[in-house]
Amino acid sequence: MASNGAAHILLAVGTKKGLWLGTSTDRAEFTFTGPHFLMNEIPSIGIDTRDGRTRIMVGVRSEHWGPTVAHSDDLGATWTEPEDGAITFPPDTGAALERIWQIHPDTAQRPGVVWAGCEPISVWKSTDGGEHFELNRGLWDHPHRAEWGAGAGGAAAHTVLPSPVDEDTIHIAMSTGGVYRSTDGGTSWQPRNHGIGATFLPDPLPEFGQCVHKVARDAVLPERLFAQNHHGVYRSEDNADTWTSIAEGLPADFGFVMLAHPRRSGTAWVVPIKADSERIPPDGHLAVHRTDDAGESWTRLDGGLPDPDYNVVLRDAAALDTAEPVGVYFGTRGGSVYASADEGASFAEAISHLPDVLCVRAAVVG
Amino acid sequence: MADAGDVALLVPSLLRQFTGGAAELALAVEGPATVAELLDTVGAAHPIFNRRVRDETGALRRYVNIYVAGEDVRRRDGLATVVLPGQEVMVIQSVAGG
Repeated sequence: MASNGAAHILLAVGTKKGLWLGTSTDRAEFTFTGPHFLMNEIPSIGIDTRDGRTRIMVGVRSEHWGPTVAHSDDLGATWTEPEDGAITFPPDTGAALERIWQIHPDTAQRPGVVWAGCEPISVWKSTDGGEHFELNRGLWDHPHRAEWGAGAGGAAAHTVLPSPVDEDTIHIAMSTGGVYRSTDGGTSWQPRNHGIGATFLPDPLPEFGQCVHKVARDAVLPERLFAQNHHGVYRSEDNADTWTSIAEGLPADFGFVMLAHPRRSGTAWVVPIKADSERIPPDGHLAVHRTDDAGESWTRLDGGLPDPDYNVVLRDAAALDTAEPVGVYFGTRGGSVYASADEGASFAEAISHLPDVLCVRAAVVG
Repeated sequence: MADAGDVALLVPSLLRQFTGGAAELALAVEGPATVAELLDTVGAAHPIFNRRVRDETGALRRYVNIYVAGEDVRRRDGLATVVLPGQEVMVIQSVAGG
């Protein structure tokens, strides 16, 4: 992608009370439209740049009128909502959709495939670009279901990571339940949490039940994954069979965010939060941390960020673009969104004074 | 406006985008009908309106209230509450959010 500043960036910000869409050519100055979907929370956004178009998909939820999925192919000028709903539980489940936590376009090699993670805990797959999704029955009928719990935000599958090299391998994460993996295309799912702690359970190392907040996959080594846990930051080198702590060097091992570089192996970002007694950036000092050696060491990145800032960054309120160098974006519950055009070395405020930021996504769109 | 024998369903302003802008829907009935049956009728023509009011199990959403002749259906028979020709059904949002 262009490194001369000519890349056209779309920055989508989902908040507690609507969606804002920003565009920029220099990743410093953004022009925003919004609020779209005023008075609806936007907990999930997917930007699909495959097939020669830019499709923005959003999970929308009204406290009154319930959840739905809408999409726009014209950068938010118009929105389309399938009349019968893109995600609705089949009648035999007796369940009703509560919230769409994740909308994840698959790789360029699988055009039209989009994954969703929802509350109640469920995973969905679309093959028509996010207009209709099918419930994954293997996970819905999983024998562990009765033992999965609800984190503070609700019981949800919030992370869906299809392997880019193996269509049968998919990792998901749920709160609470932890990491599950399928190696048969989603027919069956096995817990994969060996080494990940659960400080809130009598057994600190259970087979499942962890509150894994976010998982990201290495771009070069697909069997390498990074996880931000409810206390604990981990790396797996074996497709999630085992996990090793990489929290040393961070000011706190709690947080919600985990981002992995879209091209470079071993580079990932987290936003540490002190917990559980405080739930703020450590001592009020908001900072992103990046590793370039798969978690062996971390670099503190707070250039341009306000100090102090007592606001939390939620699990999906951070994103990367695919420009060169990679852009880093995150939003706070205080309604500020920060953008970095240099992999986090320096940030500038892209927009502020929004409602609580729930989801941030960025993409190169031209 | 509804004819004398019809049921008038009053649409809250936030949902009129899903009823073609209509603030009131005149539902022809041949006799008593349940609220659920009336919503089925409306939903056939306006499916998104229906999804805003009821979830996919058919349950009334928690923060949506429906009044039949001025009475909250939750204090009667829920969506099985019977509506008589000539009565008014009001869909209204409850208090929620912050």
